Amino acid sequence: MSIHISNISKSYKNVKALQDISFDVKAGELFGLIGPDGAGKTTLFRILTTLLIANEGTATVAGFNVVSDYKNIRNSVGYMPGKFSLYQDLTVEENLEFFATIFGTTIEENYELIKDIYVQIEPFKARRAGKLSGGMKQKLALCCALIHKPKVLFLDEPTTGVDPVSRKEFWDMLKRLQQKNITILVSTPYMDEAALCDRIALIQDGKILEIDTPEAIVKHYPKPIYNVSANNMYQLINSLNAYKHNHSVYPFGEFVHYTDNRTDFNPEDLKVYLESKNLSNINIDKTVATIEDTFMELAK
Amino acid sequence: MKNNNVIQVEGLTKMFGDFTAVNAITFEVKKGEIFGFLGANGAGKTTAMKMLIGISNPTSGKANVAGFDVFTHAEDIKKSIGYMSQKFALYDDLTVKENITFFGGIYGLSRKRIKEKSAILIEELGLEKVANKLVGALPLGWKQKLSFSVSMIHDPKIVFLDEPTGGVDPITRRQFWEMIYKAANQGTTVFVTTHYMDEAEYCDRVSIMVNGKIEALDTPKQLKAKFEVDNMNDVFLKLARG
Repeated sequence: MSIHISNISKSYKNVKALQDISFDVKAGELFGLIGPDGAGKTTLFRILTTLLIANEGTATVAGFNVVSDYKNIRNSVGYMPGKFSLYQDLTVEENLEFFATIFGTTIEENYELIKDIYVQIEPFKARRAGKLSGGMKQKLALCCALIHKPKVLFLDEPTTGVDPVSRKEFWDMLKRLQQKNITILVSTPYMDEAALCDRIALIQDGKILEIDTPEAIVKHYPKPIYNVSANNMYQLINSLNAYKHNHSVYPFGEFVHYTDNRTDFNPEDLKVYLESKNLSNINIDKTVATIEDTFMELAK
Repeated sequence: MKNNNVIQVEGLTKMFGDFTAVNAITFEVKKGEIFGFLGANGAGKTTAMKMLIGISNPTSGKANVAGFDVFTHAEDIKKSIGYMSQKFALYDDLTVKENITFFGGIYGLSRKRIKEKSAILIEELGLEKVANKLVGALPLGWKQKLSFSVSMIHDPKIVFLDEPTGGVDPITRRQFWEMIYKAANQGTTVFVTTHYMDEAEYCDRVSIMVNGKIEALDTPKQLKAKFEVDNMNDVFLKLARG
């Protein structure tokens, strides 16, 4: 077990940031913590990286207790916080050297581990970190978090605000790191990234909604779900929202995902209703739930 | 304006030294349209948007926004548009009501009008219980919805939304888009950037910027057909990867 979390709770004044959180991350696993801003993801990361002490519960990382063995944890984990926290007025190379030195190692010693990523920013190694583009900052931060060859890597929303191309590249990098026996705990508000993890925990308002493989989570979706489309999206949403039998109505790209309250739901009934609302080109087809559908159903 | 276009851009260019951030972009946006403005980080979206909202002077080209020329009437543009970004939303240390009053005042609404607007807005958003609470204490999703409404307090012709839903939970994200649909349905033009590709599908038309140029502009349906893929994410990946 690489990370073991047992009944962790944390409050700030009257806000319950984490409520009785328990889960394990296996060695070598790529584990995703999926939830929106304010769900408690960063608080949990800070507890696991020994920067914050929980009110209740215990946790171990790489076999060390987060409170009593905090020094050992700091030597064996890499942490990339959500906010860019490198030295803006040091160059790319100086930042990397600084972090290597702090951990009593050298860039050369662990170069193999960061090589794939570092070669992409090496042409800019004399540039100050503050002058890098978002994508490059992100790569440098990952290099700095890896330079001491950590056993466990914590990445707090590494892809927030990043475009789809750079996001894909970043996940490809994570997959390669996983091959090098690093356990990775990563958080993200992008539900589509959940599918790229071995297992995920859905988190909202400080509570875990569900933990499982992405495949199993979508299989647990409790209802038949339908793609509905028509000639006017806005009227379609309004009409579905006004339909008394609806269970959920959520726009999904060019469709609306619809579930019905009745066990004997017949899509033809819905079609007749939508036609009565002057909608045309109506299509109602069964579809499969996504992680996002499951999240919204659980968060309802 | 002669036609139905509320944004008309021709060969718009912005240089920083010898770097061309925005390279001769040409497009138009119709009244009541939801226009998605996509691109990778660093593609030039923000620079282009800054020129359209009148806070950055173009190097060359033409642009007319809400009936005004960006070169000569930038101040008139600012009064006719709404703007909301993920970063600058509202004042955290003012209450919901104070924020509404403040922005109403900035846009020159009368006291009476501010009062009316304030009441409508708070009711529509269901914020009655927190009207006198500090905005900083609200969940992000509420803040973003409030911020969107405040950006339209002066009934602008066009509202510019810069990544309005980043980090917002999926339910609130959809409520937000329902607000966008409603605004567009009432005739407000919506110009929006996003990194969520499912949201790109909600737009009437989408442009995709790559290295300062608009490399694609069409309805999501046409773009998917053209690139022979079944979602906007793949359109984006195909284009931006070159």
